[in-house]
Amino acid sequence: MRRRIAAALAAVALLGGCSNASGDGSQRLTVFAAASLTEAFTDLAEAFEDEHPGVEVTLSFAGSPDLAAQIEAGAGAEVFASADEANMERIVEGGLAAGTPEVFAMNGLTIVVEAGNPKGIGSLDDLAVDDLIVSLAAPEVPAGRYAAEIFDAAGIAIEADSYEVDVKAVVARVALGEADAGIVFTTDVAAAGSDVSEVRIPKELNVIGEYPIVVIEDAGELAEEFVRFVLSNAGKVPLRARGFGTP
Amino acid sequence: MKRTSHLPWSLLVPGLIAVVFLLFPLAALVIKAPWSEMTAEISSPEILNALRVSLVTSVGAALLATALGVPLAYLLARTTFPGRRLVRGLALLPLLLPPVVGGLALLLAFGRRGIAGEWLLDAFGLTLPFSTAGVVVAQTFVAMPFLVLTAEGALNNLDRRYEEAATTMGASRLSVFGHVIVPMILPSLGAGMLLAWARALGEFGATITFAGNLPGVTTSMPVEVYIALQTRPETAIILSLILLVVSLAILVGLRGNWLQHT
Repeated sequence: MRRRIAAALAAVALLGGCSNASGDGSQRLTVFAAASLTEAFTDLAEAFEDEHPGVEVTLSFAGSPDLAAQIEAGAGAEVFASADEANMERIVEGGLAAGTPEVFAMNGLTIVVEAGNPKGIGSLDDLAVDDLIVSLAAPEVPAGRYAAEIFDAAGIAIEADSYEVDVKAVVARVALGEADAGIVFTTDVAAAGSDVSEVRIPKELNVIGEYPIVVIEDAGELAEEFVRFVLSNAGKVPLRARGFGTP
Repeated sequence: MKRTSHLPWSLLVPGLIAVVFLLFPLAALVIKAPWSEMTAEISSPEILNALRVSLVTSVGAALLATALGVPLAYLLARTTFPGRRLVRGLALLPLLLPPVVGGLALLLAFGRRGIAGEWLLDAFGLTLPFSTAGVVVAQTFVAMPFLVLTAEGALNNLDRRYEEAATTMGASRLSVFGHVIVPMILPSLGAGMLLAWARALGEFGATITFAGNLPGVTTSMPVEVYIALQTRPETAIILSLILLVVSLAILVGLRGNWLQHT
């Protein structure tokens, strides 16, 4: 009997221990990045892994507030790349950042429409048409807040038909044909390829969002190295290739 | 005969761990709830909107699931047709299907570019995604199996002699269904409706995938829990508490009836 309990406890201990042990001597790094960074950070992580044999980068993409909430809840992120200052500020003020965030990329916004622009949307004003189905990122999400700022600057009131949890979901709604238009980052349109088209927002109304990155408290040396890599010239290459501006 | 009441440790310990595992997270929800801000928070527009949307859609879904699910249960229990077992299996599929998959399937069927959705739009100018009706559709999809399951179970347990007696006295099958069967399975039907309602009330994955997130229109309580968790955790916890209380009340109300009857 006693032996069986011991076996059961050993099994529990084993289950509990498997979360961060890597076993085979390889090193793991967990990076939380804004949804709009999906393609760029996938490339970046690959380049980083190539430079650091034995390192495995685990990427988690979601809306920046979603990621911030997960980090606050102790989600085990070692690096956080946010799509705006506000969600980064949350992490810094919560004492969860090890160091000062640094801006590593810039991104403008654009109107995403169905491939070939069947509704003939020509400008921001066209989005105010009543029977047009408009999808936006939720106001908590950077792309959603920037969209609201752009509408304010243009002096128009847009009522969206759905507020998505991250910017990629907005692209998906339009690509699936469920929404006629949405406001997303320019890089998101590029990433979606031929599924969607783009209607540019005039420069004087557009917002250029800045992406800060930071190492999360108690992260290892590898996290510092990843952030240095993102900020380096080698890191700028994949970002630029995906359409981001770099400082 | 001597009875030993000695409980084996190897069952007792994991059993107790199971109880703690199930109840501790719920206790945490209660302990961490912002009780001091409760009155102010509970009347916030976000919570009131989510409550209203949830109430309207979940009741609508429970009624729709009943209107469609009970006749289906009758067909499964009282008729034979080729592929009956297959139909029964498929009718219960949404119980096991990940809700988000259900939502995607609904989108491909009834979305604006969906197979039937395109026709709905052309013929009636009707689009389900991003509408309250869309939430009802998503909830009905996941909740209907509960009704089919309970109603069919009740029908199978029913003493057929009452129906036969009514039929020999000249009642039509429809009249037997309405005047004999339904009144007799009413308790089980009530339990099935409650379960379907609870499932509809808790629906998240299919809803956010198919109907999106628009406060006051498609943002139901579970969707608001998910959205609010990112920036307003207090709102998320309060809504979760409400959903927990409702689930608990249903469980107590049913007192295991459902489990005994099926």
